[in-house]
Formats: sequence, C-alpha cells, structure tokens
Amino acid sequence: MIKPVYSKGKLAAKTGNEVMAEAMRQIEPDVVAAYPITPATEIVQIFSQFVADGKVKTEFVAVESEHSAMSATLAASAAGARAMTGTSSQGLCLMWEMLNIAAGLRLPVVMAEVNRAISAPLNIHGDQSDAMGARDTGWIQIYSENSQEAYDNMIQAVKIAEKAKLPAMVTTDGFIISHCMEVVETYPDEDVKKFIGEYKPERYLLDTKRPFTMGSIELQDYYFEHRWQLAQAMRDAKKIAVDVAADFAKTFGRQYDLYEKYKLDDAEIAIVVIGSTAGTAKVVVDELREKGVKAGLLKVRVFRPFPAQDIAKDLAKVKALAVLDRADSCSGTFAPLYSDIASALFANGITSAKVVNYVYGLGGREIAPNHIAEVYDTLGKIAAGTQKPSTDVNYINVRIK
Amino acid sequence: MSAKMIEVRWHGRGGQGAKTAALLFAQAVMATGKYIQAFPEYGPERMGAPVQSFNRISDNPITIHSGVTNPNYVVILDPTLMETVNVAEGISKEGKVIVNTSFSAEEIAKQLGIDKSQVFVVNAGQIATETIGKNIPNTPMLGALVKVIGDLDINGVLEDTKNKLSVKFAKKPEVIEGNLTSIKRAYDEVKNS
Repeated sequence: MIKPVYSKGKLAAKTGNEVMAEAMRQIEPDVVAAYPITPATEIVQIFSQFVADGKVKTEFVAVESEHSAMSATLAASAAGARAMTGTSSQGLCLMWEMLNIAAGLRLPVVMAEVNRAISAPLNIHGDQSDAMGARDTGWIQIYSENSQEAYDNMIQAVKIAEKAKLPAMVTTDGFIISHCMEVVETYPDEDVKKFIGEYKPERYLLDTKRPFTMGSIELQDYYFEHRWQLAQAMRDAKKIAVDVAADFAKTFGRQYDLYEKYKLDDAEIAIVVIGSTAGTAKVVVDELREKGVKAGLLKVRVFRPFPAQDIAKDLAKVKALAVLDRADSCSGTFAPLYSDIASALFANGITSAKVVNYVYGLGGREIAPNHIAEVYDTLGKIAAGTQKPSTDVNYINVRIK
Repeated sequence: MSAKMIEVRWHGRGGQGAKTAALLFAQAVMATGKYIQAFPEYGPERMGAPVQSFNRISDNPITIHSGVTNPNYVVILDPTLMETVNVAEGISKEGKVIVNTSFSAEEIAKQLGIDKSQVFVVNAGQIATETIGKNIPNTPMLGALVKVIGDLDINGVLEDTKNKLSVKFAKKPEVIEGNLTSIKRAYDEVKNS
C-alpha cells in the first residue's frame, strides 16, 4: 500500500511536467518568462493557466524566443524578483548566451529543463545533450531520476540557487519522465513556501536607496577576479546543496545527497549514470544481487557542482566501473560524465578501478534492463581479468557499420 | 520484471483515447493503493494512425523507466488494428489480449494465432454508444481490463473515475453516469468465449 512520507503529504498520479508546474505554483515566483518547446511546453502552459486563474500572483511574460525568455528572466532577477523559466533542447541552445550572463551576474534564476536531443537530425525525444552542452556555463545542474525527484529538486533548487547566488536548472529526461505519470507525493503550499522562505536579495537594481551597476565592462583589471569568484561560488555550492538537502529531509522526510549510492558500499562492479536510467539500472542491480553478483550503482544528482572528491572516495573499492553517458561529446574522446569521473578518480589517487565509457539512449533510443545487464556482464569479465577494458567510447543499442 | 509487476499495452488509433485510457486506468488503480506508471508512445501525432500507450502496476515502488516489451495484458481499442499491427508481439503464453469487437474469442484467437484461453472480447464500441452516446471505447475497456486482471477493486476504480469525471464534467452530470455505466457493463460483459 502506498503511503506518504511526510505527515501532511498528498499522493497524486502526475507526470514529470505536471509536477514541475505544481512546484512552480507553490514556489510562486514573482516573474516567469517562457517560450514553448516540446517536451517542456506543458510546464509553462500549466503554469500560465495558474496565472490566468489567479492561483498565483506571478507576472507571466510570454516572450518571442528562448533568448528573450532567459533575458527577461535574468533581468527580472537582477531587478530583485524571484524569477523562473522552463525550456528544453533547442530552447536551451538559444539561451546559451544569456545562460552565461545569468551566471556571470550571479543571479539565482531557477529553470525547469526537460532533457531532449539536439538538432540535427530533428528529434524530440529524451537525451541529455542539451544540458550537457550547458554544463560549464556556471549553472547549478540537478538531474532527476523520476517525477518525485523533479518536484523535490525544484523546491530545493530555489533555496540552493539563492544561497549560492548562482542560477540553477532542474532536469528530467524528456518524455521518459516529463510525460510519464507516476505516483508523486506533494506537500502543502504553506509548507513549501515556508521551506523556501521569502527571497531577500542582497543587492538588486530596483533598490533605489543603494543604486549599483551590473554587467559592466571589466577588462584585464577585474574580469579574472569575478570569474574566479564564479568558479569558487560553484565549489562552495556543494556544501549549500548538501545543507539544503539536510533541511529538506528534516522538513519533508525525503533524503537526498549530491549523488545516490545504490548497493555500492561492497560493490565490485558498478555503473555511474544520470537520470531515469538509474531507476532501470536499480532493477538490474537487484537481479544481479539475487544471483550473488556484487553489483552497485552511483547516480549523479547534482552534476554541477561536481562532487569529485566524494565520488572518488566512494568508488575507490570498485574493481570495474562503467560510466554511462546519455550524451556524446564529439570530442574525439570520451563523453562528459566519463571525463569528470575519470579525472575525479585520477586526481584523488584512485587508479585501481578499470573505468570504461558507454554512450546510450541518444534521441530517446531504448535502454532496457538487458542492455544494462550486458554492461554489468562485461564489467564482471573486466574485474575478473578475462576481458581487457576498452580504451575508447562504447555504444549501447546502436547500429554501427 | 519482478513477478508482481503487471504490464499493460494499449493499442488504439490517434484520437481514440489510448493515452487517456492508460492515464485514467493508472489513476484509478493508484486510488486502490498500488504504485503505477502510465506513458504513451510518442511519435508524429496523426488522427487515425496506430498508437500505443502503456501501464505498469505494482505493490512496490516502480523504478524501471524503459519501454514495455513483454506486456501481461494487451488492450485493443480498434479491432481493425489487428490487420496491420502485430498486437500480440511480446506476449507470453500466459499473456491476455482484450479486444473491443463483436466477434467471439475463438475467432479473434484464430486471427491472432494465439490460444483461445488468452483472448477476451467485449463489444465496447456498442456499450459506449448505448451508455455514453458516442463510439468511444476507451472508457468501457477500463472495466474490461479490471475484470480480466482480476485482483483489482472495480468499486475503487469506479469511485475514482467518478471523482475525476465529476471535476471535468461538473456541468454535464449525464456524461458522468454514462461513463460509469459503460465501465460497469464492460466489466460484466467481457468474456472468454
């Protein structure tokens, strides 16, 4: 029998998009500016209905492009408002210039981002290429395995962003989560509002008593210091995200960390993955554990800032490790998550694990338990020394000539 | 999949409500205390084109997020799909197919090339026409599916559907009654003969 975790929680069947819109309704930002794009359209569509029905006091700005959406959102944030938006794929690509500006201006904009493949070829389905392309823009990135996490992450993101003075995006896998109806527990409006608190910016443009300039030109004299501060803010955001998760657990009862360890502590072989595939992989881990195979999983939740040191420590005892990327880097070498995991291990002196990279699921290509089981099977052979680890990217479920 | 998980595949045509049926079914089953998933297969959205949607039901939290390839139950809203789509794909010998048709289970079994014990039929189109006033088979098929699955609570399902429809059709109470009667009738009339 399903039961809420929080004493005042309410269970409902909702899709990822519905629940992200619900979180936005409860957060009730001062300003939302957005432009529709599949598969994220519903989030702001549902939210705009809340605005039209008078359920929120938010100023909704229907803009003419995602570039404008991000411009308007960050401008509202600079003016002193709590501001949010939502997008996906090409929309995020079009925002790219303004993503960097939101981060550079240290504005705590929060965005619901539905992970979708990027063109060309045109494809509307789920992969993480869009957000991975924005991984170094100075945005906090929190990925969600399911609808519950999407809801919880949205609420936490507001607090994390405002404490860190950094913009934050919360993502779900396009269609797989955004359009999948699942059981989600939501919390009462007043409890969510109390958790995130009132937004009190330290400085803002409409503060006429303390006027200041944002976004001025800085050449060789100051630019570097401010970019260092941005990078340092991202490093400091790790502790903030951990603290907010602790507050969240204390309030609502759900435990989150920068990453989730699933049967990892005594694992000899393990997979590192982001997003909805972690849930599918857990089923495979359970099946392998029943057979006595010491399989484990590490799911990265907060990808930016990247918890390199902690992850390295937790992977130190694993003999063979596969990093599964739902984005390719077209770098001529490894995909994004692998690169971060491999450098985290190396920098922390962990060289015992054999680490291989797989790219999967581009454009919504199916990733099923049998595909993941094959990866664990290969890891078993690598751990036993009967198979040499591949030194290049491997691909799952793709036709290669 | 774990032994306790039930997987369902719906076959319909664009506009026929296969997606809505899966969503309604999931909500209704959740109301009886189970974990659920409902998701459609997304492609180009064209009226009349073959479409599929899916459900998972379990007593335990459902973490799997891959497609449904070996459903325990297949629901066919439009019998003409059996001519062009391999609706029995991936079902095991224990799998059940529920078809909206006026033909007998025996005739459908022959057409699909599966055992008669696996086939259930109900004339959902006719039930919908008589109860709702329109040939929309997705709502009565909910009742048929609940019956064939067996261990679901039809009263819980009816209660939840009533609540959902009461919100949606607050100004058209006759629609609510018609839909509920259609579910109950299909529940009673679905048969393996």
